[in-house]
Amino acid sequence: MIMDHYNYWIVVVLMMIGFYIVIAHGNLIKKIVGLTIFQTSVFIFYISMAKVDGGTAPILAEGIVQYSNPLPHVLILTAIVVGIATTALALALTVRIKEAYGSIEEEEIQQQDNLN
Amino acid sequence: MGTALAIVWMKDLLSVIMLSGIYGLLSASFFVAMDAVDVAFTEAAVGAGISTLLMLVAITMTGHKEHHSRHKPFLALAVVMVTGGLLIYGTFDMPSYGSSMAPIHMQVAPRYLNDSMQEIGVPNIVTSVLASYRGFDTFGEVVVIFTAGIGVLALLSAVYRSEEITKIHLLNDSMHEQHLILRIVSKMLIPFILLFALYVQFHGDFGPGGGFQAGVIFAAAIILYIMVFGMSTARRVINQPFIKLLAATGVLLYGSVGVFSLFSGKNFLDYNALSANPIAGQHLGILLVELGVGITVASIMVIIFFSFSGSHVPPKRQQKSTGENNAS
Repeated sequence: MIMDHYNYWIVVVLMMIGFYIVIAHGNLIKKIVGLTIFQTSVFIFYISMAKVDGGTAPILAEGIVQYSNPLPHVLILTAIVVGIATTALALALTVRIKEAYGSIEEEEIQQQDNLN
Repeated sequence: MGTALAIVWMKDLLSVIMLSGIYGLLSASFFVAMDAVDVAFTEAAVGAGISTLLMLVAITMTGHKEHHSRHKPFLALAVVMVTGGLLIYGTFDMPSYGSSMAPIHMQVAPRYLNDSMQEIGVPNIVTSVLASYRGFDTFGEVVVIFTAGIGVLALLSAVYRSEEITKIHLLNDSMHEQHLILRIVSKMLIPFILLFALYVQFHGDFGPGGGFQAGVIFAAAIILYIMVFGMSTARRVINQPFIKLLAATGVLLYGSVGVFSLFSGKNFLDYNALSANPIAGQHLGILLVELGVGITVASIMVIIFFSFSGSHVPPKRQQKSTGENNAS
């Protein structure tokens, strides 16, 4: 009974690892990696909800009665590609920050801001 | 999970990024295990391929050492523990894993599963939901990708410095000539990768695949070419303004299918307007829309990669990490 929810626990643990990286590390690239982990945990959450015991991939074929739910697959499929596009935008911003401040460490950037 | 934990401890950003690539591949295998083949396809190409490459290119410009932070990690750890505990407490109200009685399977999913063959005539339900039932959502996603591509262009094109770029190119080219085996192998592989992308694109109605996956795979092949043969060769082969035009054409194609059905007196993106026979209309509509998606995704990914690796880079770092790129 308790083990029925193990998929959610994996998601929560991954999500918290990502969250920890985002709040505890000062390096912007590392923060982006943390966000990616967080994002993937949400993907796994959705896909695990779509899973049906004894079901198969939602491609119609003869002799199969049980399919997994296709709707979360669609949502996550597009979310992954949108995710990489927005990650690229974040990386581009980081590169610009490096240009402007000469650093991608949060503390050094804040120090420079305080000086001005 | 172990991979994700290792990412926390690593100080060298290069290994962090390699680990995140492995993490992407592992989560793709999770998706296969949970029957989401289309999603796994995309995650394998994006998570393990393109995102790793983009991050590698980004760290060539920003340096790859993380400084020791003077933050107190215990506060962060406490916040994470509390949030995680609350979330786990929340999961007890969730339906159990794999249950076919979960609320999510009670709403629209039965209709997709039972009626989509009559209404759309496409065996891959993911494709029919993506391109037909929820075509408007997908249009929004494509526009988001397009906008992100424009954003990257706007942010990074200001960084161009022509003299340094030519200097880097010379350096790049001399290095690229050394990797003979790599060049020959990738020369043999690239046509097949491109062919596979086209197969994924046009076979998406019947098996796992579609515009998003095909676009990413196509872009991965071109990015492989850019890495192995160097920027200057790639610039000669791939016409930059043309690619930008293509990115816009994809969105335009998608949108014009919608507008066409509007003008034919149907709803926006109602493919029954495209042909007298509804099934043929749906097929044509899905084909056109997926083509639009594929073109936009592929060209935006190539544009993003071009603008990252085309911007100002300290030469020494560039050489080192491009070597790493190749090794991966």
